[in-house]
Amino acid sequence: MAVLTQSRDIAFLKEQARIVRVEILKMLTQSGSGHTGGSLSAADIATALYFYKMRHRPDNPKWEERDRFILSKGHAAPLLYTVLALTGYFDKSLLGTLRKAGSPLQGHPSSKLLQGVEVSTGSLGQGLSIANGMALGLQLDNSASRVYCLLGDGEIQEGQVWEAAMTAGHYALDNICAIVDLNELQIDGRCEDVMKVMPVSAKWKAFNWHIFEIDGHNMEEIVNALDEAERIKGKPSVILANTIKGKGVSFFEGKAEYHGLAPTKEELEKALKELGEDGK
Amino acid sequence: MGSREEQSADKTQSFAGQAVATRDAYGAALVELGKRNEKVVVLDADLSGSTKTAKFAKAFPERFFNMGISEQDMVGTAGGLSLAGKIPFASTFAIFETGRAWEQIRQTVCYSHLNVKLVATHSGLTVGEDGASHQALEDVALMRVLPGMTVIVPSDGFETQQVIDAVAEYEGPVYVRLGRAKVPAVMPPDYKFQIGRAHIFNLGKDANIIADGIMVSAALQARETLLKEGIDAGVINMCTIKPLDTETLLKAANASGLIVTAEEHSVIGGLGGAVAEYLSENHPVVVKRIGTRDTFGGSGKPDELLKIYGLTADDIVKTIKSTLSR
Ligand SMILES: Cc1ncc(C[n+]2csc(CCOP(=O)(O)OP(=O)(O)O)c2C)c(N)n1
Ligand SMILES: [Mg+2]
Repeated sequence: MAVLTQSRDIAFLKEQARIVRVEILKMLTQSGSGHTGGSLSAADIATALYFYKMRHRPDNPKWEERDRFILSKGHAAPLLYTVLALTGYFDKSLLGTLRKAGSPLQGHPSSKLLQGVEVSTGSLGQGLSIANGMALGLQLDNSASRVYCLLGDGEIQEGQVWEAAMTAGHYALDNICAIVDLNELQIDGRCEDVMKVMPVSAKWKAFNWHIFEIDGHNMEEIVNALDEAERIKGKPSVILANTIKGKGVSFFEGKAEYHGLAPTKEELEKALKELGEDGK
Repeated sequence: MGSREEQSADKTQSFAGQAVATRDAYGAALVELGKRNEKVVVLDADLSGSTKTAKFAKAFPERFFNMGISEQDMVGTAGGLSLAGKIPFASTFAIFETGRAWEQIRQTVCYSHLNVKLVATHSGLTVGEDGASHQALEDVALMRVLPGMTVIVPSDGFETQQVIDAVAEYEGPVYVRLGRAKVPAVMPPDYKFQIGRAHIFNLGKDANIIADGIMVSAALQARETLLKEGIDAGVINMCTIKPLDTETLLKAANASGLIVTAEEHSVIGGLGGAVAEYLSENHPVVVKRIGTRDTFGGSGKPDELLKIYGLTADDIVKTIKSTLSR
């Protein structure tokens, strides 16, 4: 099993993100179904969290002083499973069981079945409320732990997200860092066409959040924002990450169809080449 | 959602005798309905490709409203559209429709008895790999408990087509439960659906199986197997769960002392619950319920899951045999 190595080194993190993408694609092809686009768009962010920013102990998933991560956009389960496996929560071979009957790697994350998953998700719009509750509880205990919550840009059309945004602002939950994966796509097409959710930054600001707007594929910008967010006091922080759905594989990039389609064997081969994995 | 096999059959005529997913029949029926009735409007919550309302959206873009990922808002908006004289069909996956927006359905739609048609797809275990978060096993219970709500669970494409036409004519709130996977045709070509009327395939003298949805086909298979062993089991398609066809139910309970219900839903509160409640008050006979047993679903292939959770023809056969031999 992997032993956790964490570093702020950008080259290291970029290489981890590349490996994360490779593993996501392999597991999706093996499973034959699952969510490709939204797993790839958030791969750099999740890599920065698990391989650098978050205090966590894969050998002790319930370590009290850990930072928490909630995958509110639960369909990006392949991404979560990959970073959990690569940082040592469980053996990488388990990735091959994705979405199979009886596997702890369910189509959407189950905290009852898999170590390292803080809470079960899959129904969109619920994660930030849970993050708020965790953050409030941690504050009552004077804990230094932080709570990270990853949301999709389609997901933030859910009213509950804005109720939660109001709560975090009201209680000034500065131990929360939300990250919105702004890949501009949802299932039925472009967010712009399905249900205009932009502009988002003015909305979060209005609920008293501190805003970071970054390129969600620029590792330097990601780690800088994560570091700075930790220094913001008296307000929750949100990182608005501009991303590309399907990032890393040219023929998946920006395509709504690959939201819920797994790569075929042929597509996988081509994709792995693009990610510098040919012959391995 | 979005698997490669999901390219739908593009049929607009009758689905009689055709194996088709009930959601595909819905998509086709909606387009036909849209042509005949200008009052029909359709809403979806970012799943129009999967629920098949995308077909209506293409044919009648001005009468289609994608609400984005906001089921509660969708149900409320459908309520408003009905008050403006339209006949709204609001669709998404069954768990998000009935679960996320339950109180909006209760307060806005049912308490005011609005003419809103909630047609949900991806019910039950046959959702498959997406797993528990996406598999509604409680939706019939959630809808059945609401005063004034009509609850319908069609068994095949042909029946679905007729259900959609019938609920458009009916005035009041309706929940229609559809599935993701292709299902065999079970209803005879001369079948006429009526709200609140069950279909009797035959009455058995040893047992009668009351089924809905995909379990009607399993019940018919079970009947064949049992016949070979000299057991006479009847099969009834209880397509409308509410209002329950109690007349037919009493006929079945009079024909045999054993009633077996079968549904792709929890045994708590669904068809089995409805049948057991009615019979225990009015005509006590032995009732056995086939369904999920106070559990969430899980990822896997649809057929595999039906086996794991005990929802196959075999499970019906075993239940009947073991009960009769007691
Ligand atoms: C409450 C709820 N409604 C609908 C769905 C079905 N669904 C799954 S993913 C998705 C689109 C999500 O879009 P977005 O949040 O932008 O995710 P990303 O682009 O990052 O994959 C939808 C509608 C769901 N999982 N939960
Ligand atoms: Mg998106």
